Amino acid sequence: MTPVATPFFFYMLSGLMIVGGLLVITRKNAVHSALALILTLLAQAGLYLMLYAPFVAGVQIILYAGGIMVLFLFVIMLVNLERMQKEKQFNKQWLVGLAAALALGAMFVAVYVKGRALFPEHVVQLPEGQNTQSIGLMLYGNYMFAFEIASLLLLVAIIGAVVMAKKRI
Amino acid sequence: MVPITTLHYLVVAAALFVLGVIGVLTRRNVVIVLMSIELILNAVNLNLVAFSRLWGLHGQVFAIFVITDAAAEAAVGLGILIAFFRNKETVNVDEVDLLKW
Repeated sequence: MTPVATPFFFYMLSGLMIVGGLLVITRKNAVHSALALILTLLAQAGLYLMLYAPFVAGVQIILYAGGIMVLFLFVIMLVNLERMQKEKQFNKQWLVGLAAALALGAMFVAVYVKGRALFPEHVVQLPEGQNTQSIGLMLYGNYMFAFEIASLLLLVAIIGAVVMAKKRI
Repeated sequence: MVPITTLHYLVVAAALFVLGVIGVLTRRNVVIVLMSIELILNAVNLNLVAFSRLWGLHGQVFAIFVITDAAAEAAVGLGILIAFFRNKETVNVDEVDLLKW
């Protein structure tokens, strides 16, 4: 099965992702930021589909765009303050922070320009339509210990969130 | 047109990572700082899945573990945020300075 119009969809989805990311870090209203983040996450799910990772794309939509973002929106509504939108949005060290982040970006550029040969172009041909099955087998085979630890981590997170959000600690 | 290679995905992920770092370092609102952390984690996930095209499915499994961690981190972080808001009536990071000397 040959992919159709791959470059167009790649550029469209990555453009949506970058625009969404820019909106997340520049909007005054936290709800607008959250909606822009949902746009980014959905575009990223599209990129996962282009990379032949349908299971990760589904998990991305269900867990991130469906679960975590609802949590974010609820908390935004719990702590919403009108005056917060009127005060300064950026902290005092924003110039230093911006410079540090841009230095990091320059480092990425240098690595990708110099190390272009390090990224090979061969592609593993996985059997079509067995992505979810293979991931399930790996999760319950090779990665069983990590899987159990992840479930323990989620249990700790549930208890921690409930304890932290209680009226009296 | 140039065919889309792994490097294209890595460049997009790097751009998203830098955007997330800018958000973490410059914004005052803790909710938006947490969202920027999600951006960073997503950039890493995109890298992992892009590399899993080259070296088999391990990257995708790892991306799922990263998503699990992101969920746990968001739950605990937002719980801390609610507890903090109840005590100080603010969600700005630069007003969280009890440990500052």
